Amino acid sequence: MKNAIKLYLRYISVSIQSQMQYKASFIMMAIAHFAITFIDFIGVWVLFDRFGAIKGWNLPEIALFYGMIHMAFAIAEAGARGFDTFDSKVRTGEFDRILLRPRSLVLQIIGQEFQLMRIGRFTQGFIVLCWAMWSLNNSLSFIKVMLIIISILGGTFLFIGLFVLQATLSFWSVQSLEVVNMVTYGGVEIAQFPVTIYDSWFRKFFIFVVPLACVNYFPAMGILNKTDPLNSPAWLPWVSPIIGIVFFILALQVFKFGVRHYKSTGS
Amino acid sequence: MRAYISIVKLRFMLLIQYRVAAIAGICTQFLFGFVRVMVIAAFYASSTAIQPMSYGQTVTYIWISQAFLGMLPWNGDSEIQEMISSGNVAYELCRPLDLYNHWFCRAFAQRTAPTLLRAIPLFIVTLFFLPEKYSMQPPNSLASFGAWILVTIGALMLSCAITNLFNISMLWTISGDGIKRLLPAVVMIFSGMTVPLPLFPTWMQPILRILPFSGLVDTPMRFYLGNIKPSSIVPFLFHQFIWTFVLILYGKWLISRGLKRVEVQGG
Amino acid sequence: MVINDSSIFNGSKVNYKDKTINNCFMLQRTARGETINNCFVLQRTARGNNMSQIIVENLVKTFQVAKRKSGLWNATKGLIHREYNTVNALEGVSFKLDAGELVGYIGPNGAGKSTTVKVLSGILVPNSGRCEVLGNVPWKNRISHVKNIGVVFGQRSQLWWDLPVIDSFELLKDIYNIPEIQYKTTKDELVERLSLQQILEVPVRQLSLGQRMRCEISASLLHTPPILFLDEPTIGLDAVSKLAVREFIKELNKKHGTTVILTTHDMDDIEALCSRVMVIGKGQILLDGTINEIRNTVSKERRLIIDLEQQITEISIEEAKVVKVEGNRAYLDFNPDKITPAQLIWNISSKYKIKDLFIENPPIDEVIAKFYGEFKI
Repeated sequence: MKNAIKLYLRYISVSIQSQMQYKASFIMMAIAHFAITFIDFIGVWVLFDRFGAIKGWNLPEIALFYGMIHMAFAIAEAGARGFDTFDSKVRTGEFDRILLRPRSLVLQIIGQEFQLMRIGRFTQGFIVLCWAMWSLNNSLSFIKVMLIIISILGGTFLFIGLFVLQATLSFWSVQSLEVVNMVTYGGVEIAQFPVTIYDSWFRKFFIFVVPLACVNYFPAMGILNKTDPLNSPAWLPWVSPIIGIVFFILALQVFKFGVRHYKSTGS
Repeated sequence: MRAYISIVKLRFMLLIQYRVAAIAGICTQFLFGFVRVMVIAAFYASSTAIQPMSYGQTVTYIWISQAFLGMLPWNGDSEIQEMISSGNVAYELCRPLDLYNHWFCRAFAQRTAPTLLRAIPLFIVTLFFLPEKYSMQPPNSLASFGAWILVTIGALMLSCAITNLFNISMLWTISGDGIKRLLPAVVMIFSGMTVPLPLFPTWMQPILRILPFSGLVDTPMRFYLGNIKPSSIVPFLFHQFIWTFVLILYGKWLISRGLKRVEVQGG
Repeated sequence: MVINDSSIFNGSKVNYKDKTINNCFMLQRTARGETINNCFVLQRTARGNNMSQIIVENLVKTFQVAKRKSGLWNATKGLIHREYNTVNALEGVSFKLDAGELVGYIGPNGAGKSTTVKVLSGILVPNSGRCEVLGNVPWKNRISHVKNIGVVFGQRSQLWWDLPVIDSFELLKDIYNIPEIQYKTTKDELVERLSLQQILEVPVRQLSLGQRMRCEISASLLHTPPILFLDEPTIGLDAVSKLAVREFIKELNKKHGTTVILTTHDMDDIEALCSRVMVIGKGQILLDGTINEIRNTVSKERRLIIDLEQQITEISIEEAKVVKVEGNRAYLDFNPDKITPAQLIWNISSKYKIKDLFIENPPIDEVIAKFYGEFKI
């Protein structure tokens, strides 16, 4: 286990070294990334400027949702890029090389290409989150901070799980990967708002199938100290982020199945 | 001239082949559109103030802009990018074709083929198969429809010019994803994709009107919805035309400078 | 195991309890501040002298490949219904390799060479058949299997493109968990044998093909595997690099007892290195023997080249076929079963004045091409 961590850290440092080779480009990319992701928030702000509120929720509350989900996604983007670009690994034969090394496949894939520039999205998410907490006049207790951190972690695992599923798809077809964007980038857009604003069937999908609500909405209820319009139990905010981790583990099993398929059909 | 037509034809036929990608794209865009429609529905339900566009118009705006996403200059030609980073672009210089025109033709195919594949199904579904609360409206009148067609063609040419600038900018930063990342975001927000332009604050409207990007999505939409009368088409066509013209000239000048800088990497 | 005289080690063979143990290393290790000499890391044990390292039995592998037709109409049809072709890549391939063999694996394109290598490395699972490499089933015990093999793909690189070569090596050291001292010994030896000193700090993308291939081979050997698969290692290399690689493989096999399977189209490589050659065609092993056996299967003919004193206008010799005449030089093919070389030369010298002569085998490429032709592959 210690070995695995050491290897992972070395992978990351190699990645960063690689990226630092193009230093000017990296800085520009990080700034660009900040700007692009911030545009999402501008979109939200424009709508609030015109309409004032959305089904009883105000802008600072939405900002809380926004900040948490963007931070979670940014970490996933940075850390699991190897799965995001997995289709090219299959195409170029790099995955064969990964199979030839005596280490866990997931460790090797996740280690590669740690994308430092995703710090752009992370930063803007963080800023929005801080603004949200400040605007809400919410007292920041240790417990609340823990809850925020746990839900961001849960979200990270959820998104990485989605990337893993996307990677598994590329064993069958390299053309249809865009579909997963629906739940990754789409998921970020969806979770920016509380799931109560969506229709019931839509809401249920994102609670039970792709559990975005579990890593964002329910914990937020705990942070905002609000009674959930959906009448969920009081202990739910604490437990639901774990669902993100469970999702990730399930995704890994699917990936293993995909590897078996790859080995019997060749490239 | 024949050479350019066959370039368009070839690239078009190649892009039409990606059937699975097209289906995936349709699903993705449908979902994104649907989420935005739901969010807008929630916003409209939360305010009684009179808005620049009615709810039904806004929904139509969102659906049509999603359908025509492929026509937006949100990415460059990936083959051209690969050619540049590998140095193979040098081979292109050996051909007896004006490189700018060649790439423009490629852009034309790139902006039309995927769009056709996706727009038609999306139109059909959103026009006929959605409950009224979420469905797209037909054009305001026959004249509006005709005006819309014309302006869409103008938008297409404008989009090709911007796409080509995108490709040309690749000549400067071999690993530079800066522009690659910034441009789509800028296009998305200023064309009206993220949030329909009429919903932006009133003080921003003049700025948005002048920028070229409004000609990509917003202008066609205004005509479709009848927001602007078909008879007023000339200034808008002119706006599109001027920007297209300027960007093409700029592109031609830029490409000749860029080619001088082509570095061939590798042994 | 306690051994007092340690000087015989470092890369050599040791006999212990009637087993041959290859590649022993002597390490000095520090434990709790004390230096402990004479510790041994035994790379691997041969399971008895007579057991094969690689066993392949009746491998069968078929692929389904989607049919693609041209034209707009067919492309549209393809939207609805896809047709598939069945490709029989391997149809019952069997062979056994003992430790320390250097085997050539040749065949025309599409014969099944890469498929075999992929099955042996564990990347591909066959439809049926048995395969064991050092006791591991390649596709079942992946991690323990890949520790024992090194693979070099001629066309694809395993090094990190943007990084200096040495950084790739260090990363591999961590991936394979190679102990520090062993890594240093192995690396130094590889660097020396393949002359990598100047290019260790150079990013891989800036290397020439010959330099890169030498680094690739080193990278695949850092963990000192007992088995090495080489897939087209000399493709595109200049003459000097080719010879360097060849010499290296020869020495690796001789000195370290590394088993090598060499897949290549370059017959000079095969002639220089391999005593044993397997020819595969249309998914089946057509011949498993020596280069000479291939020659004899095609034809036993040998070639005599003679330089005569005078210009040749016409020449005819009994029992010999005149292939070509160029000025003073004549090329004659003859069958040594029908007429011995000595007899032939005697016959010629009785009629003409010989200035110089050579006897050689027909070029191996010609032989192989004829061989393929005879088997219609």
